Amino acid sequence: MSEGMLADYPTLRSVAEHYNYWVTIFLMVSGLYIIVAKSNMIKTLIGMALFQTSVYLLYLSPAKILGATPPILAEGFERYSNPLPHVLILTAIVVGVATLAMGLALVVRIHEAFGTIEEDEVVDLVERDDAAE
Amino acid sequence: MVLLTLIAVITIAVIRVHNLFAVVVLFSAYSFLMASVMLVLDAPDVALTEAAVGAGISTVLLLGALHLTRTSETPPRFSNWLPLVVAGGIGAMLIWGTWEMPGFGLADTPVNTGVGSAYLERSYPETHVPNVVTAVLASYRGYDTLGEVTVVFVAAIGVLMLLRRPGEKED
Repeated sequence: MSEGMLADYPTLRSVAEHYNYWVTIFLMVSGLYIIVAKSNMIKTLIGMALFQTSVYLLYLSPAKILGATPPILAEGFERYSNPLPHVLILTAIVVGVATLAMGLALVVRIHEAFGTIEEDEVVDLVERDDAAE
Repeated sequence: MVLLTLIAVITIAVIRVHNLFAVVVLFSAYSFLMASVMLVLDAPDVALTEAAVGAGISTVLLLGALHLTRTSETPPRFSNWLPLVVAGGIGAMLIWGTWEMPGFGLADTPVNTGVGSAYLERSYPETHVPNVVTAVLASYRGYDTLGEVTVVFVAAIGVLMLLRRPGEKED
């Protein structure tokens, strides 16, 4: 959408300017909802990854400057987008996949020990063991 | 904007679908869309990493975990209105907060006038690397990257220790 088209409609313009933030917030809240509401552990880990990707979007959206180019210096370009959030998010992506791998390994071990990947059923089994002792 | 809407739709599907295999495939598509959005947001380096790591390695890891466990999800036994209210309330408060945020794509926001522009000016004379993201990652924030590599190393050790068979001898 061009700037001129939206200039006459302040509300619409405001919505367009904040749309990125709203989708970010929707993703964040969805991740939170999955983590709290779902008892399947793999689904919970996917919820965690969703939350993480929403944070990537939260960092990258303000770094974009309209009319600028990616922060790779070259002749003939004057304005570049902000490079610092890109660096931070590069680190965050790699750390995110490391935590995901760790969580999945834990889930596999829990499946070996209890035969289930549902949190509710694991809690039941542990309580039954405690009662038997 | 279209891409972001697609991402939101896929997120709803991820929440609703109970077959975990379908969820993993949807999440892979989600990561590719996210990589496309990052490309539009002028972050090609991050987009490449997200496409390789988010859509590639994460999907492989999740599929491997599904192979070792099982692929269906039983519906939770507690009602989900409380998480829905909590998530909706937090979301509403966050959206209320965004009205004070500066608009998208402006150059004079606090984020874009701070240390980022200083890196843009200084990195080429000081490091002679045209890609500013690489210069900052490897040079100015080198210790940060060292810490990141440490995290990956520790995670790899942890995964290896967790996945060792119980009967296996330690030697």
